[in-house]
Amino acid sequence: MNTDATLIFEKSRSGRKAVSFSDYPYDGHRPFEELDQSLLREEPALLPEVSELDVLRHYTNMSQKNFGVENGFYPLGSCTMKYNPKINDEVQNFPAFKNAHPDQPASSVQGILKIYHELANHLSEISGMAETSLNPCAGAHGELTGLMIMKAYHEKNGDYKRTKVIVPDSAHGTNPASTSVAGMDVAEIESTDEGRVKLSSLKEALGDDIAGMMLTNPNTLGIFEKDICKITDMVHEAGGLMYYDGANLNAMLGKVRPGDMGFDILHLNLHKTFSTPHGGGGPGSGPVGVCEHLKEFLPSPRVRKHDGDYYLEETNAGIGRVTFHLGNVLVWIRAYAYVLTLGHENIKDIGPLATLNANYVRELLRDDYQLPISSYCMHECVFDGLKDNPHGVRTLDVAKRLIEQDMHAPTIYFPLLFKEAIMVEPTETESKETLDRFASLMKAIAKEAKDNPDVLKNAPQKTPVKRIDEVFAARKLILSYRDYLDYKKDDEALDF
Amino acid sequence: MSKVLKDLLYSDDHEWVKKTKDNVVLVGITDFAQSQLGSIVFVDLPEAGDDIEKDEEFGAVESVKAASDLIAPVSGEIMEVNDDLVGEPELVNENAYEAWFLKVKLSDSSELDDLLSAEEYEDISE
Repeated sequence: MNTDATLIFEKSRSGRKAVSFSDYPYDGHRPFEELDQSLLREEPALLPEVSELDVLRHYTNMSQKNFGVENGFYPLGSCTMKYNPKINDEVQNFPAFKNAHPDQPASSVQGILKIYHELANHLSEISGMAETSLNPCAGAHGELTGLMIMKAYHEKNGDYKRTKVIVPDSAHGTNPASTSVAGMDVAEIESTDEGRVKLSSLKEALGDDIAGMMLTNPNTLGIFEKDICKITDMVHEAGGLMYYDGANLNAMLGKVRPGDMGFDILHLNLHKTFSTPHGGGGPGSGPVGVCEHLKEFLPSPRVRKHDGDYYLEETNAGIGRVTFHLGNVLVWIRAYAYVLTLGHENIKDIGPLATLNANYVRELLRDDYQLPISSYCMHECVFDGLKDNPHGVRTLDVAKRLIEQDMHAPTIYFPLLFKEAIMVEPTETESKETLDRFASLMKAIAKEAKDNPDVLKNAPQKTPVKRIDEVFAARKLILSYRDYLDYKKDDEALDF
Repeated sequence: MSKVLKDLLYSDDHEWVKKTKDNVVLVGITDFAQSQLGSIVFVDLPEAGDDIEKDEEFGAVESVKAASDLIAPVSGEIMEVNDDLVGEPELVNENAYEAWFLKVKLSDSSELDDLLSAEEYEDISE
C-alpha cells in the first residue's frame, strides 16, 4: 500500500501549472477586461500550484487508501453497507439519463418520469403506503419532509396545539434533530432494557399536544418491536400520526410492511436498503411514502400519468418543494434497476438472509464478546465489549485492530444503551466464508486482549496514518489548509 | 472509583452544587459524570443574566463519545459563567470539582433540600 500522506498543498511549487489560460477572447469575450473591476479579487486565491501529473497521482493514491464495500467486509451496524450491484451503475450511465438536464421539458424526459412513477409505485407496494415521493435527497431530508407533512396535516385540521413528537430514547440521533428542524418539540420516552418501547411511558406521554411518534422497526438494537400494532393504535387513538424511520427496513424487506403495522408516513433510505452507494460514494436518496389521507401533503412536484403521458403536477395543498427538481435522479434510477433485477420473489429473501447472517455472527462471537440481549436479533447484532478482559481493552482498541486487517470495523459506541457497544450488520450480500473470516479475526483479537493487549492499544500500525488523536481533533478543529497554517503559526512545534 | 466531595450537594443528573454565600451557589458536573463521558471536547453554556429552572436543560457537554444535556439542579439567575471551559473543556476532566460551570443566585433556596448528600450520591454513582 502507498503511504504518501502529504497534502496537495505541500506538493505545491510556486509557478507550477497544470493548465494555461490563453489571452484569446472566449466566445468573443475577454472576461477579465469586461468584468466590473470591483468584482475581481485583489490577491490570488490560496490554491496549490501543481502539475497535471501531481494532481493525478495525488488523487489516485488517495483513492487507493480508501476502504469501501468493494475492498472488503464493511459490517457497519445501522448502515446496511450492502454490495452495490454493477448493473445499477450500467443503467444510470445510459446517456439519456446521465446527460438529461433538470430543466428539460417533461415531454423530452418521458423515460425518466416513467421510472420515477414506476419506482414510486414499487416502493409504495413494498412499504404498504398509498403514494411515494422520490424528491427528498437523503435519509434525514426524508425525515424532515415526513415531519413537515405531519405538521401540515394537523395545521389543516386546525389542531395547532399538536407540536410534540414522541421519540424513544434509543432512537437514531437524526429523529430528535429532524423534529427540531421541522419546528416541533421532542417528547422523549424511556425504553425497556432491550430498547423496546415501554408502553407505560408511551401512555404517559400521549395527549392532545402530540403530533405523532417516530419509530424504527426493528429498533436500534436490531430487535423487533413486537407490540407495534398496540403502539400504533395507542398513538392513533390519541390523535397522533405514526412515522416510520426506514433505517432498518432491510431486516423485513418484502416480508412485513410498515403500512400494515399502522404507520402513516415513512422514509426509505435507497442508499441502505436499495443498494445505491452509501457515504462518500453517494449522494443518498430518501423517498417519503404516505397513507391515503396524507397524499395531498406530499412535496411538489408530483409525477402523474395521463393517457400514457407523464407530467409534473405542482401541488398547492402540500408542503411545497423540498428540492429544486426531482431529487437525486441517478440515485433512484439505480434503485429502480435493483428492484427490477430482484423482482417480487427474490426481494422476499433479503430480510431472512440478512437476519440469518447477523445471527450467525452473533453465535460465532458470543463466547468472546458480551451479549447484552438474550433474544435472537434481526438484521444486526449488538455486543457490549469483550467478555474476558483482564487488561481493560476497550471497544475502540478492538475496532482499531480490525481496520489494519482488511476489514472495516463495525459501528462502535452506538447504541448508547451499552457502554462498550459493538454493532455488526453483515447484510445479506456476504458469504459464509467472509463471516467466518470476520469471526476468526474478532476471536483472535479477543485472545490478543488477554495475551498481548499492547498490540490492541497501539493499533493500527499498518495504516498510512496511525491512531488518530480524536480528542485533539475535536478540540482543535482544523478543517482547511488555511486553519492548518494558522494553527502552525500558533504552535511551531506541532507534530502532525 | 470516582471522587465524591463531602461538603457538596448532588443531583440525580450528576451535577454538584456548592454553597458559597447566602443564596449563591456554584454548579458543575461530578467526577463520575466526566469519567463516564470521557474526554470532553465542547462545553455549551448559557449567558450571565439568563434564568435557569430546576430540572430544565441549560446547556450541553460533548465528549468524543456522546453529547449530553446539562440539567439545572436548582432555579435562579445566572450571575457568572465560567468562560474558561469554552476554550479549555479539558479542565472538566482534570478536576470536575474545580471546573464550575455557573454561579447562580437561587430563587428558592428550599430547592437545596431536594438535593442529595455525598453519601446518597455515592450510592447512585458506583
